[in-house]
Amino acid sequence: MSQAVIQLLRQKFGAAIVETHAQFGDDTAVVESSKWLEIATFLKNDPACAFEMLSDLSAVDYPERTPRLEVVAHLYSLTKGHRVRIKTRVGDEEGEGAEIDTVVGLWGTANWLERECFDMFGVNFRGHPDLRRILMYPEFQGHPLRKDYPAEKAQPLVAYRTDEEAGMSIDKQAPFGPHEGMSFARNDWTKRAEDAN
Amino acid sequence: MNAPLKSVTLDGNETGFATTKLDALLGWARKWSLFKYPFVTACCGMEFMALTSPRFDGTARFGAEAPRFSPRQSDLLWVVGTISQRQAPVLKRIYEQMMEPKWVLAFGTCASSGGFYDNYTTVPGIDKVIPCDVYIPGCPPRPEAVIDGLMLLQDKIASGDRRPAIVKPRFDPVQGAQDGLVQIRKKGLLEGGDK
Ligand code: SF4
Repeated sequence: MSQAVIQLLRQKFGAAIVETHAQFGDDTAVVESSKWLEIATFLKNDPACAFEMLSDLSAVDYPERTPRLEVVAHLYSLTKGHRVRIKTRVGDEEGEGAEIDTVVGLWGTANWLERECFDMFGVNFRGHPDLRRILMYPEFQGHPLRKDYPAEKAQPLVAYRTDEEAGMSIDKQAPFGPHEGMSFARNDWTKRAEDAN
Repeated sequence: MNAPLKSVTLDGNETGFATTKLDALLGWARKWSLFKYPFVTACCGMEFMALTSPRFDGTARFGAEAPRFSPRQSDLLWVVGTISQRQAPVLKRIYEQMMEPKWVLAFGTCASSGGFYDNYTTVPGIDKVIPCDVYIPGCPPRPEAVIDGLMLLQDKIASGDRRPAIVKPRFDPVQGAQDGLVQIRKKGLLEGGDK
């Protein structure tokens, strides 16, 4: 669909385009992280590209790769009706030092999308006007959508009541389970994984 | 508070006097004049609207219709929906601002146990943060279940019993059906389709 855009990018930026492919109908260009802002500016302002809209900006964690994090932006052109996906790879094996330029100056919506990306993956956006957590609270430690964050590891803001305080067992499984006549109970996934091994 | 009190007995005679115990009278008065504070956070709110609207009329009939959006004026906290970790301090504060006597109703599985949000985002049941009187399971619970829960709470208020209580399912279709599946047929087809 937007092969022409990819061609244009290749002509203009050459070696800064690391690889290209097409998946699910969208052409993708993986670019050098240092050229992120420059390429985004080109894609927005070049009349042949005219990507006025940033549909989404997020990241993916690949723990087995270095650089480990992949920032993905989906662009759409309202005037041309075409889409393109651009990606860039940042961070070392631990995901440290993941840093790229912000695109807030090009698309206003990037403000909150980049905050989410920072909150969930720990990617720093240079020049962002207000880089704070957006979904989690400021006291939260770590970045929950990284694959090495244990999903069940809660960081409560309010200390949980103890069984003594409550005067009863307030274990998570209670009060719902087979004893209450329900045909479902909570699965203990950790235990199931251990049993399977 | 220990021994559950009998419900109100009005031994009336022709002169128009009634005798009762003070606690029982208070309990009777309280259970029919609950002022709710709806703490509505998620999808269960839709079912809450269905409950309070005319078809079920699930709160007005029990003297619990008037909402009070100030915790100081309300005595029944309805926790309707998922409580995220980020929201837990707010919930706790609202609860602490309510005047005694106060009751808490967990509406839905999320409020009761965290539901399927079994991860870092969600408080696994409001009883981890504040005391809870009645748990209403269901995702979301049907209005009938909520009405059962409200009546259960009324019984508890009347008897002064503060132990947590759970609404039992009226009928579990999965357990009731023969092969574990719920089958829906048009009326009459089951008997041979003569109608
Ligand atoms: S119990 Fe179900 S319907 Fe209610 S808030 Fe949770 S997910 Fe939504």
